[in-house]
Amino acid sequence: MSHIKVELKKEDVVKLKAICKSFNNKAGELINVLHQAQTHFGYLPAEVQEIIAQELNVSVAKVYGVVTFYSFFSLTPKGQHPISICTGTACYVRGAEKVVDEFKKVLNIKIGETTPDGKFSLGCLRCVGACGLAPVVLIGEKVYGRVSPDGVKDILKEYE
Amino acid sequence: METIKLTIDKKVIEVPKGTTIYKAAKQLGIDIPVLCYMELKDLNIENKPAGCRICVVEVEGRRNLAPSCSTDCTEGMVVKTHTMRVINARRTILELILSDHPKDCLTCAKSGHCELQDMAIKLGVRHIPGQEFAEMSTYRMDTSPSIIRDLDKCIMCRRCEMMCNDVQTVGALNAFNRGFNAAVAPAFEQDLDKSPCTYCGQCVAVCPTGALTEVDHTPAVIRALSDPTKTVIVQTAPAVRVALGEEFGMKPGTIVTGKMVNALRQIGFHHVFDTDFAADLTIMEEGTELLDRLTRHLGGDKTVKLPILTSCCPAWVNFFEHNFSDMLDVPSTAKSPQQMFGAIAKTYFADMMKIKREDLVVVSVMPCLAKKYEAQRDEFKVNGNPDVDFSISTRELAHLIKEFNINLADLEDEDFDRPMGESTGAAVIFGATGGVIEAATRTAYEIQTGKKLEKIDFKALRGMEGIRSATVDFNGLPINIGIAHGLANARQLLEEVRSGRANYHAIEVMACPGGCIGGGGQPLHHGDSSIIKARFEAIYREDAGKPIRKSHENPYIIKLYEDFLGKPMSEKAHHLLHTHYFDKGVKDIYI
Repeated sequence: MSHIKVELKKEDVVKLKAICKSFNNKAGELINVLHQAQTHFGYLPAEVQEIIAQELNVSVAKVYGVVTFYSFFSLTPKGQHPISICTGTACYVRGAEKVVDEFKKVLNIKIGETTPDGKFSLGCLRCVGACGLAPVVLIGEKVYGRVSPDGVKDILKEYE
Repeated sequence: METIKLTIDKKVIEVPKGTTIYKAAKQLGIDIPVLCYMELKDLNIENKPAGCRICVVEVEGRRNLAPSCSTDCTEGMVVKTHTMRVINARRTILELILSDHPKDCLTCAKSGHCELQDMAIKLGVRHIPGQEFAEMSTYRMDTSPSIIRDLDKCIMCRRCEMMCNDVQTVGALNAFNRGFNAAVAPAFEQDLDKSPCTYCGQCVAVCPTGALTEVDHTPAVIRALSDPTKTVIVQTAPAVRVALGEEFGMKPGTIVTGKMVNALRQIGFHHVFDTDFAADLTIMEEGTELLDRLTRHLGGDKTVKLPILTSCCPAWVNFFEHNFSDMLDVPSTAKSPQQMFGAIAKTYFADMMKIKREDLVVVSVMPCLAKKYEAQRDEFKVNGNPDVDFSISTRELAHLIKEFNINLADLEDEDFDRPMGESTGAAVIFGATGGVIEAATRTAYEIQTGKKLEKIDFKALRGMEGIRSATVDFNGLPINIGIAHGLANARQLLEEVRSGRANYHAIEVMACPGGCIGGGGQPLHHGDSSIIKARFEAIYREDAGKPIRKSHENPYIIKLYEDFLGKPMSEKAHHLLHTHYFDKGVKDIYI
């Protein structure tokens, strides 16, 4: 369990309730509500989940269950530069796992985590449609192709 | 009704549309093995997440195997339930489940009652392949006052989740994560005591494995019994005597009151008393409170609210403290029988026997797990010493009797000790849904009208429907009574009251389906609701056989008031027998 205690601002609460309202506070719209809430906050802290549970009249346990089931939803804030490494089939066979390991080592965080300074977060995804460039890494919107473990440090230098 | 004809194992059967293969097969006497599936027919409870896939069968023309618990029959379907393909698939599925399951069956609390163990026996598993390479999931253990969660043993059948959310609407438990990391837990994987859990124990009652078990108080009881400086007394709840026999191979619904008393004496309890005595006392207090509130309310006193809610069920108390914290002045302030017993034992009885409070140990035997939590509540302690020291479940008592090498079936019937062992039929029916309010009605009617009841049985208040209502004529004054069992039904009833749609004078709620007879501490029913029905009937049989059937006629209760308490709702009674409630609701801190 890792969740950061945050204090929500009043306007955030208003926004969140408006999101729920836009789906008529229907329990069946939980995933859509979470989707929009994550777009707004960047992640889904416990406090956000509690408000959504209350507004949609479902248990907090249920909301937490859905959030942890789908890898799209995140419990921790994404970094300033979110790093996504493709581990789709093509990238995988061309050594994506070694690239993942190198990023983990250099940044000293695990998949799904964010560096303590909030600069980088690490995630995996499946295929960005650039298999010819495998293995592929995305940082923010920027695409890096044919990444080798040796090149990881140089890529990160660009963001210092 | 539209029907469907199909063939199962070469036998033709016609079933209503919407019948599953599993149920159709059952009608033919074919018992397809199931693990996650569970149905409590008379209570309208069904769990069929099609999660474990043990129940797969072969359907002609279908490419893959079908989970029979959740596949509907179709016209002309040809089903085979035990082909080689099915048998091999079942074994592989079970082996995969076992590969991520601890192998400490010898010391597991569920050993001998585990459905996973039974399945391994049934399918003849002798070896779990690939175990040495397999990943094992591990979770933190969670021990609450009543329930232990050991999720390493969870097989994701989701029965507990169904009970907690659909039957009880408590919403404490939900599945989280996926794959190896998946398990069932409260929000943010917090401990149960930080969740809205009521400790009703229905999750424990349906758990097929040792993932959810009760906190075992029997070692503490044995320690107390071995301490020569302690006087250890025991009280037994009404629902225990109609279920304990099941643990010793007796037919469900067998009444073992006398044998149980004998066994408790053999174990070494110094005095064997009855919670039913305290149930009679509860009726005196709660019934008087009902009449008092009724008179004042009808007299125009706006500060007095109706309906009055019963407060005997500790899970129900937890539920309304969490969910109806705006209505805390509605429940009766009367303590539950367990706690009334403790309070009287550690004052009246202790004085009578000249025993110091600290040297008197009160043990309760309950069909309930929430009673463990209730006994630990701070308001039921005097200088840190609880009125009830230990609460053990019916299952724990059965273990204790077995450990002491006592064969319950062979024992002679014995009577409870006096004074706190004398009780009436009204107290016995506390164990079944509708019983508390029927008992209260028997007494309140006679006190209010000054007339003798011609018919003691209020059949209109009995039954298994989730929500029932009846109007009882109090000599021209119609009293509207509501009854709910199962917390989803209680929630519905209370929401009607909150919104002003309902017009009840008194409401009885029991958290567990069927009432205490279906409690979370009872012998496991393994999905057979006829067991709960048999206990239900036994409770009313026991009542009918009692010489005294109205609480206010219990001679020892009369004496208790004469010698000690004065009269119902006296200052002393208020101090010892009444309580108050706490707001445990989730605050809307964001507004």
